[in-house]
Amino acid sequence: MADEEEDIILSELNDEELVQQMFDDLYDGLREEIEEGVNILLERGWEPYRVLTEALVGAMTIVGNDFRDGILFVPEVLLAANAMKGGMAILKPLLVETGAPRMGKMVIGTVKGDIHDIGKNLVAMMMEGAGFEVVDLGINNAADAYIDALIAEEADILGMSALLTTTMPYMKTVIDQLAEKGIRDDYIVLVGGAPLNEEFGKAIGADAYCRDAAVAVETAKDFISRKHNQMAAG
Amino acid sequence: MTHPLARLLETRDWLLADGATGTNLFNMGLSSGDAPEFWNEDHPDRIKKLYNGAINAGSDLFLTNSFGSNASRLKLHDAQHRAFELSKLAAEIGRECADASGRTVIVAGSMGPTGDIMEPMGTLTHASAVEMFHEQAEGLKAGGADVLWVETISAPEEYRAAAEACALADMPWCGTMSFDTAGRTMMGLTSAAMVDLVEGLKHPPVAFGANCGVGAADLLRTALGYVDAGATRPIIAKGNAGIPKYVDGHIHYDGTPELMAEYAILARDAGATIIGGCCGTMPEHLSAMREALETRPRGERPTLDQITAALGGFSSDSDGTSGEPVETRRSSSRRRKKS
Repeated sequence: MADEEEDIILSELNDEELVQQMFDDLYDGLREEIEEGVNILLERGWEPYRVLTEALVGAMTIVGNDFRDGILFVPEVLLAANAMKGGMAILKPLLVETGAPRMGKMVIGTVKGDIHDIGKNLVAMMMEGAGFEVVDLGINNAADAYIDALIAEEADILGMSALLTTTMPYMKTVIDQLAEKGIRDDYIVLVGGAPLNEEFGKAIGADAYCRDAAVAVETAKDFISRKHNQMAAG
Repeated sequence: MTHPLARLLETRDWLLADGATGTNLFNMGLSSGDAPEFWNEDHPDRIKKLYNGAINAGSDLFLTNSFGSNASRLKLHDAQHRAFELSKLAAEIGRECADASGRTVIVAGSMGPTGDIMEPMGTLTHASAVEMFHEQAEGLKAGGADVLWVETISAPEEYRAAAEACALADMPWCGTMSFDTAGRTMMGLTSAAMVDLVEGLKHPPVAFGANCGVGAADLLRTALGYVDAGATRPIIAKGNAGIPKYVDGHIHYDGTPELMAEYAILARDAGATIIGGCCGTMPEHLSAMREALETRPRGERPTLDQITAALGGFSSDSDGTSGEPVETRRSSSRRRKKS
């Protein structure tokens, strides 16, 4: 029994075993272990971008899938995101230095009149966990605030969140203003929030409604890759 | 322990609670983003209208307009210092309406979540959660609430903090949670786990249950989960009037009064004692529910199929109460280095 309970020494694992162990550790929200794993892979000569995509994003995808499927819930996801953050803090400056490809940038916030931000915070965390850059505008955002940030940040994605049925329609106001300025199609517009549904997303002219944070990440990845394909084809 | 709600529960085998607060106030002109609690001071006439809407539709119990009158929520409106005062006002108006009704109507002091995530995942400590709820509870008590009514809670830690605050205020209380994520609360609590939570409290609620969440069907599955977990104290069912739909720039809940009447009957047959609505539930829904509860006989416990046939499908296949171990995609077998 004593043998089975012995600590796993991360540095003694080969690359493949280590990545698998990091998948487990991120799933369990073990921040220090994730930081250690990231450092070991870097010492072994892994490119920062490879550590991000193969170890961290790979691990977070599993967390996201189990969250989507109702196997994990908010507390576990918050712990995993916290572990991810630890790893990202090490990688971020290195990614900038090495000019690693960007996943994409999202501007996110709850809409004007809506101060409920737990869902929005989850999406921001999961998006960061998936390697996206996130500009969080916080709560109660007017259309101008979103649009100014989209332009200033050269963002790819706009994420809007509303918990109240009374604030949901404001999402349409923001999309309409983007259209008036002739820049609606420059951005991927994702909407979410407890009372929304797919029908609503379509009715207001969003690109997609995202049921939860995990779906938001998958949808964002999907749209970004399509955008890249289009650019390659064009 | 005798208080008005306990006495009422002794004489009746079901009670009709109220419906929506937000939906009603928005219809009276509340702008989204504004704190509804300010209306306790600025528009007491409209709050009276809200309460009387429920009373005249036959509610035996209604919730005060104090859902967000805790320091943490009011801080978003720079009014964190007004928690006691706004809570007290909400209850005072309620007391006045209940006393004028000419029958026994319970004034239930609404206490919604702080909106913060508790330690260790978040920043809110147990002590400060208790303090905030206690301040609100004292305000509601001073305003004349018969019972405190903790609602829409997701985290067991927050439910416990609210229970402690109600004990400090020396008040009986009821407490409901919102089951909106795959049949569980956002924090992953199942209906069965909530029964354990409730029974483990030093100051347990008079009645407990579920409110809001997804649709009326999901809420009844939760109620059945309580019964199956061996719940002994009265169960509360306050479900939304269907699902919100976007029609011509406005939000409309698709649950008709007829549907909510069906829901009320099914809720009673499922084992709930205190039955009401939540978002989208207007006085006309409550009247239909009252009539159904008064005129239709009790039936057998509904099956899940009967619930979905009457009210529509569930939001998820399972609600986590089947007892089967959940299959995760990763093992959590690692021994933590620092335990």
